[in-house]
Amino acid sequence: MSPHNRLAVPAAASVVLGFLGLFFAWPVAAIIGMGLHGNVGEVLAEASTWRLVAFTLGQAAASTAVALIAGVPLAYVLARSLIPGRAVLRAVVTVPFVLPTIVVGMAFRALFDVDSGAVLPIVLANAFFNVAVVARTVSGLWSHLDRRAEDAARSLGASKLRAFTSVTLPALLPALGSAAAVVFLFCATSFGVVLVLGGGQYRTLETEIYLRTVQLLDLPGAAALSLLQLAAVVTALLAASFARRRRETALRLRSAAGTARRPQGAQWLVVGAAGLVVCGLLAPIAGLLVRSVSTRDGWGLAGYRALLGTGQQGTLEVTGLEAGLNSVRTAVDATWMALLLGLLASFVLVAVRRRALAESLDVVLMVPLGVSAVTVGFGYLITLHLLPGDLRTSPLLVPFAQALVVTPLVIRMVLPVLRSIDDRLRQAAATLGAGPWRVHREVDVPLAARSVLGAAGFGFVVALGEFGATSFLARPDAPTLPVAIGRLLGRPGELNTQMAYAACTLLMIVTVLAVVLVERLRIRTDAVEEF
Amino acid sequence: MVRWVAAVAVITLTAGCSLLVGQEPAQRTVTLVAHDSFVVDPRLLAEFEQRSGIHVEVRTSGDAGELANKLVLSKAAPLGDVAYGVDSTFASRTLREGVFAPYRAADADQGPHRYAQDRQNRLTAVDVADVCVNIDTEWFAAHRMPEPATLRDLTEPRYRGLTAVPDPTTSSPGLAFLLGTVAAFGDPGWQQYWRELAANDVKLSSGWEEVYNQDFSAAAEHGPRPIVLSYASSPAAEVGDDGKPRTKALLDTCYRQVEYAGVLAGAKDPQGAGQLVDFLLSREFQRQAPEQMYVYPAVDGVPLPPNWSASAPLPPRPAELPASEVERNRDRWVQQWRTLVRG
Repeated sequence: MSPHNRLAVPAAASVVLGFLGLFFAWPVAAIIGMGLHGNVGEVLAEASTWRLVAFTLGQAAASTAVALIAGVPLAYVLARSLIPGRAVLRAVVTVPFVLPTIVVGMAFRALFDVDSGAVLPIVLANAFFNVAVVARTVSGLWSHLDRRAEDAARSLGASKLRAFTSVTLPALLPALGSAAAVVFLFCATSFGVVLVLGGGQYRTLETEIYLRTVQLLDLPGAAALSLLQLAAVVTALLAASFARRRRETALRLRSAAGTARRPQGAQWLVVGAAGLVVCGLLAPIAGLLVRSVSTRDGWGLAGYRALLGTGQQGTLEVTGLEAGLNSVRTAVDATWMALLLGLLASFVLVAVRRRALAESLDVVLMVPLGVSAVTVGFGYLITLHLLPGDLRTSPLLVPFAQALVVTPLVIRMVLPVLRSIDDRLRQAAATLGAGPWRVHREVDVPLAARSVLGAAGFGFVVALGEFGATSFLARPDAPTLPVAIGRLLGRPGELNTQMAYAACTLLMIVTVLAVVLVERLRIRTDAVEEF
Repeated sequence: MVRWVAAVAVITLTAGCSLLVGQEPAQRTVTLVAHDSFVVDPRLLAEFEQRSGIHVEVRTSGDAGELANKLVLSKAAPLGDVAYGVDSTFASRTLREGVFAPYRAADADQGPHRYAQDRQNRLTAVDVADVCVNIDTEWFAAHRMPEPATLRDLTEPRYRGLTAVPDPTTSSPGLAFLLGTVAAFGDPGWQQYWRELAANDVKLSSGWEEVYNQDFSAAAEHGPRPIVLSYASSPAAEVGDDGKPRTKALLDTCYRQVEYAGVLAGAKDPQGAGQLVDFLLSREFQRQAPEQMYVYPAVDGVPLPPNWSASAPLPPRPAELPASEVERNRDRWVQQWRTLVRG
């Protein structure tokens, strides 16, 4: 450990762990602790509990597999093929991630004509949300991979497929593992999708924790299930980190500009597969757009005009546009917090040389993704008044909670790139007389800048669409767009429904704009890298 | 000098913090914790604030059940001074847990007294919201079919496959409907009714949102089913351009949910809290409640909005169960329902 790291690493670690401890570990431990006074063992002994566990893990694994299969061709196109409209593609792929779950649930429900719940729509809807995670995480590393190793394999006679499976795929494994872990966690804890599409018939640990906490106030039951969920999540994370072990080796990373080429021959098949995935993603999106302009008397823009107002007979306290602005403001706050925490955490994870310590830290940082928003929200109720200023009802709580969700994503997107940077580059820079900060600036920053910007953009978009934690914490006078949509759909009246779908469109537009803006910034950083 | 710098720094920092948290007015503030559906005409609230010198801070906290549970969990350090929106399904739980302090509202004997939960007046009824079966009248006219009128009708073969209701285990109107069947057919008679309802192909969804927006033929998305569970007030939102309602609530199928307000035990400003409860019972508040929240006033003699008397009249004989009985049996009924219908 270099001298400056001896101070900086513990400082960075304590900032990250302090935040996590205060706004995650303490509230969660407190609410679970309250439940532990009851008869937890009884719940654990029930056969139905274990059926819940099996269904939760099964549907999450299936959804993750579908998301991986659909996401890898997209990642290839985004990272490697020089075809026009990649920025638009990146934006389109990201849109599903921000759509409110209730809306996507309803779209899939209409698509499959679900009656009393079915498994396939749950799996597909979960995958629909998470294709973006796979495409973005994997393409982030892929676009930096040095093509020469692959080219060398080809020139030695390997087929394209062989070169891919023996050279590229192993190099991509850390990113694939990261994406799989994140997607698995999202799917294992997806709430709205299971509630809407499972129709009460199919339940997961997450929906059951919600039910027992929010409706029944059965804290012992909820605590037992939360502990089970936590155990499952930690197991999954350990498995993922085991799979990544020794995979995150130093790779020859290149500036992304030179690695994309025009697809040739069989590569067009992959592009075609990616095209099919995009069509699959666009179908529900198009459905929402159509619904936002259909009225009882044919086509109309009443829903969009209604965005300037507060809904039929004042359903909302603010106009749709104000809700949109709230979303943007909150997401900006959540993004800088998450970037700060995520980058500090990544810095610590790279600097910690003891593998076991780094891995357990990594798992700890991911756990917030796997814990029910209800558990965190109810935990806040019984803890945060003990902090000065009764934060339980502070508007700051929404960005805090969103940052908890976004930080692990930032880490998962930046860490594979940082870890893959050949340490000899840093050593070389140091040998040439660069101080520790200069080494970071000259080596790590240029190579990671694109991933960081990508993570920022994705994080912003995730915060924009976050519903679980936000709906627990948002104040009525400052709802975010997803919260407003949920509220509009909860009232009778045609105008409310139309306005809800128009608001979805607004959310998609903001998302696309944000992603395209980040793309522009990334291109500019590329130009800087050239020098 | 150093001390000055430190003082200026502290003041700037605290100013910075308060900017982040939002400018708190220096006047007296009373906090109202409410369920998500609480809406008040902003002009009316501003008038009250001006008249009383009390700034009202509204914080919403989930649906009625979630609100009740949050109040129970935070009773040691209450989230505010007044809570509104605990309903008759969850009232007993909050009273047993000592969430509310006694307060007798000025107009409590003008109608709200009928729904009183205890002698100490810890909860004051503000409004009632009746959960009723709604039908698409145009659909029945177009299909030349007689409209159903009672819960019993829904099990008739001719209405097979036409009804959609939310799941009582995941939805509060769904739970109210289950309680309505218990009130109508007795315990355990309700179980036979549900067996027949299930055999008649009733469609279950997790929430009111899906039932109303997606299954209901009269809603924006033109679902397939002309009979759904909603509220007595819903038809008021479905009035066409010709001024006629397209839907109708079946007034013999209703279950009454009373929504209460109360001063929270441990409120920082109990006196201001009382004034706020009085405001919720004032004629001005009661008069705008129907249009804002789709509920009926609890105070006697408050007129309904003009078009409501035709489209959404107050059900005259809704079913009700005592709150204590609901509290005692709720979990058992829900469990039995789950085994019965979900298998």
